[in-house]
Amino acid sequence: MDNKELQSHATEIRKNIIKMVTSAQSGHPGGALSGTDLITVLYFEEMKIGPENVGSYDRDRFVLSKGHASALLYGVLAEKGLLDKALLPSFRHTGSPLQGHPNMNYVAGVDMSTGSLGQGLSAAVGMALANRLDQKDHRVYVLLGDGECEEGQIWEAAMAAAHYQLDNLCAILDFNGLQIDGDITAVMNPTPFDQKFKAFGWNVVEINGHDYDEIRAAYAQARQCKGKPTLILAHTIKGKGVSFMENQAGWHGTAPSLEQCEQALKELEGK
Amino acid sequence: MAQETRTAYGEVLAELIVEDPKIVVLDADLTKSTKTALAKKACPERHFNMGIAEGNMMATAAGLAASGKTVFASSFAMFATGRAFEQIRNSICYPKLNVKVCATHAGISVGEDGASHQSVEDIALMRSIPNMRVYCPCDQFETKAVIRHVAKIAGPCYVRMGRGKVEDVYNEETIFDFERANIVRQGKQAAVFATGLMVQECLEAAKMLAQEGIELTVVNVSCIKPLDEATICQVAAEHELLFTAEEHSIIGGLFGAISECLIAHEPKKCIPIGIEDTFGESGPSKEVLRKYGLCAEHVVEVIRQTMDSCKK
Ligand SMILES: Cc1ncc(C[n+]2csc(CCOP(=O)(O)OP(=O)(O)O)c2C)c(N)n1
Ligand SMILES: [Mg+2]
Repeated sequence: MDNKELQSHATEIRKNIIKMVTSAQSGHPGGALSGTDLITVLYFEEMKIGPENVGSYDRDRFVLSKGHASALLYGVLAEKGLLDKALLPSFRHTGSPLQGHPNMNYVAGVDMSTGSLGQGLSAAVGMALANRLDQKDHRVYVLLGDGECEEGQIWEAAMAAAHYQLDNLCAILDFNGLQIDGDITAVMNPTPFDQKFKAFGWNVVEINGHDYDEIRAAYAQARQCKGKPTLILAHTIKGKGVSFMENQAGWHGTAPSLEQCEQALKELEGK
Repeated sequence: MAQETRTAYGEVLAELIVEDPKIVVLDADLTKSTKTALAKKACPERHFNMGIAEGNMMATAAGLAASGKTVFASSFAMFATGRAFEQIRNSICYPKLNVKVCATHAGISVGEDGASHQSVEDIALMRSIPNMRVYCPCDQFETKAVIRHVAKIAGPCYVRMGRGKVEDVYNEETIFDFERANIVRQGKQAAVFATGLMVQECLEAAKMLAQEGIELTVVNVSCIKPLDEATICQVAAEHELLFTAEEHSIIGGLFGAISECLIAHEPKKCIPIGIEDTFGESGPSKEVLRKYGLCAEHVVEVIRQTMDSCKK
């Protein structure tokens, strides 16, 4: 797929995110927008997923470890045609399958229930082990937050993934530099990520998380790396694509007003 | 004969892992203690040591289950349910995944290791999570049957096992029905709902009481959740005096479960025998159990006292 096409899918996904959090008047736009380009390439180029296999676990899998970015996951599933777009406005509303944090039993294509930070990488380790036992060459992808890496369990899972040489596992770290209370280095500095993951036995690829060529190359390199799990350390901008949200910790978990929503959609459409 | 329930667990798991290719076993550096080493020996490729990292182990188990595996995850009851409580809640029970948390070394009968290793709140913790089933088998035969049972049913289960040897209550031929609480001894005046090693202590107590003309009914409640409310209520209706007996805090465990059931359906006084909102301590298992009132003699004493005070 050429970069222009990817860009247009990413724009649609970003618009989905903005509309969903506006409709819910709650949710997490910042970290959903920072991860959008990474996840767009993942779903439109890298992962083998479609209507024929979405209901099964016998395929490539994706765990949204930073479950608060649920609007990104629902947004990409809708753009991919795996989730009914008409459901998106029900996000976070009573009775909706689109729970605030994803529930794997409500939505085909949600591969793990997440929301409590720090647990998704472990679940992905389990899936990668299962693939190996089943002699399947499916791959398992997981999106981590940078603040999330302050959780001790991330490092337990990192140790386990390297110990079992899970080269079918690829973690993507959405390195947007912000968590709820501000700059990650000010709250509880989890960096340097590259040295830490390397020391834990991982293959580390550092990229610009908004550059499609770099993202594409990183997934390819992860696929080729044998004997080790891969971490794609992706430098991103929290709130990417909406000028007033970019690099603002305040937009981590705040919904835009109707006027702000209008403005955001206009910017995304390039008007 | 006497056997450890954890040994029965390891033995039956070693059979199951060979019979069922979907079974995967995880442990957290305690394979010799929890006896999952026996399953590892039988099928090393489907046994994973996850190291001293219980939270990661539980969430890894969830990922395996989300890929169609039936996962047995073991550690000591303290760490399995305490350290990893939230992983069990959010990664296993909320998505209703097929993980069997099989914990050993539950309760104060752990003995010498002391309070840091003696879980007296694990039943309460596990029982309170939606989708979780809770089992506490009393002897080797029941343990093997429970493990085969949870391997067959879908969804999260907690199985609580002990460290020390416990006398047989059942035998090779027993056919178990975990939907029903099991009346192991039919008495008349008083009934005790017991679980785990307190079943044996209550049967002992029943013998002693029988010499004084008191006939004690002993009900083994090995499936604490879902609770067999019908049997509980029937026994409650048929007996003057009711008791519970458990190697667990009297807060939130078997006493909690029975009380909740009685209050809702068959309101009646029920007296708890268990650990009285306190931590355990180090010592030889039998001595510690005795000190905390988890022995036949104390059961007899409580029942006798209650009967006396009723007569007055
Ligand atoms: C275990 C846990 N603790 C706290 C929270 C609340 N919480 C939700 S998002 C968040 C910050 C996450 O920051 P980061 O991982 O950097 O996410 P991103 O910037 O990608 O949105 C916190 C603390 C949670 N969901 N889970
Ligand atoms: Mg962040």
